[in-house]
Amino acid sequence: MELVQRDQLQSLIDSFAGKDVYIHLETTNGSYAAHFQEGFFNAGAFIRNIVVNYELGKVAGDSPHRIGLKLPSGWIYAQGITHYELDEHGRLLMAGLGPDGKLAVSLEISETPFTY
Amino acid sequence: MMEKERHVLVIFPHPDDEAFGVSGTIATYIEMGVPVTYACLTLGEMGRNLGNPPFANRETLPAIRKKELQASADAMGLTDLRMMGLRDKTVEFEDDEKMVKLVADLIDELNPSLVISFYPGLSVHPDHDATGRAVVEAIRRMAESERPKLYTIAFDNKTVEQIGHPDVHHDVSGVTEKKLGAMNAHASQTVWMMEDMQKRLDAQDPDALKWLKTEHFYTYSFK
Ligand SMILES: [Zn+2]
Repeated sequence: MELVQRDQLQSLIDSFAGKDVYIHLETTNGSYAAHFQEGFFNAGAFIRNIVVNYELGKVAGDSPHRIGLKLPSGWIYAQGITHYELDEHGRLLMAGLGPDGKLAVSLEISETPFTY
Repeated sequence: MMEKERHVLVIFPHPDDEAFGVSGTIATYIEMGVPVTYACLTLGEMGRNLGNPPFANRETLPAIRKKELQASADAMGLTDLRMMGLRDKTVEFEDDEKMVKLVADLIDELNPSLVISFYPGLSVHPDHDATGRAVVEAIRRMAESERPKLYTIAFDNKTVEQIGHPDVHHDVSGVTEKKLGAMNAHASQTVWMMEDMQKRLDAQDPDALKWLKTEHFYTYSFK
C-alpha cells in the first residue's frame, strides 16, 4: 500500500460505482487496548463480504482522509484512511495506519468475494 | 526436570501465541522424544501490525503469518502443526458446541497426556478466552480417569489476585536458541519486541534471562 494520492484514489472509487461490490469495513483499537491502558473503552466494528451497489463515492478531507459511499438507501463511511492500493486481484484496499504501523481502520471494495 | 509425556497437545488461536511462553516447553518435549501437536485455530488475519510504510495489507497478512507459523514450528522442531481454519477475532462467536467438538476430536485422535492452552477468563484476548473455554469444557466432559492434565497460560492484570502464581515451572535453558528462533520466526508480530529483548539479553538483564530460560503454567483444576 502507498500513501493516498487523492485524485487517483477518487478515480478508483469512481470505477466501482454502480456495480455490485463486496465490502470489507473494519475499525479497531486492538484487542489488548484495555489490557495496556486500564479503563480504556475499547470499541470497534467489522463487516466482511457484504454486497452493496453505491451510486456515489467520495474522498474527503486532507490525509488522513474520509471515504463515503452513498447507497440507494443508506451510507458507508470510513475515517482515517492513509494508505491504499489496487491489488493484483483488482481489489481496492484502503487502510488507516498509525505512525506506529498499526491498522486502525480498513475499507476494501472488490467485485469478487474476499476470502473467508 | 520436565516429566515425560505420552503426547502433548497445544491449542492456541493465533500464530505467535505459542512463541512467547510455550516454545521452550514445546522444543524441550520434542528433544525428549515426546510427540507434540500444535493446533492453531486462526492465521491471525486481523493482526494490526502492518508497518508504516506497510509491508503487508489486510488481505496479504494471512499468507505471511502462515509462513511465519510454519517457520516457528520448524524452529521448535515441531512436525505436527494443524491450522484449523477459523478467522481471527471470531472464535468466541462460533457455535460453542462446535468449538468443544473441535477440541474433543483432537483429544480423541491424539490421546494426549497433557494439553496446553489459555486459562479462560484471564487471557485478555477474546479468542484466547474462547479457546480456553472450549478446551476446559471438552476435558471436563471426559471421565475423570481419562482426562489429560491441562496446563494453562494466564496474563490478565487480575491473574495473581484471582488464581495466585503458576504452579508449574519448566526449565527450558537447553533450547534457548530454538525459543529465540520461534520468536524471531513471527517477525511481523515480534520484530520490535525482539530488538528490545535482544538488547536486554545481551546486557544480561535478569528478567529477560528468566523469560528465556523458564516457562510457567497454571495447572487447571476441574474441581
Ligand atoms: Zn493471541
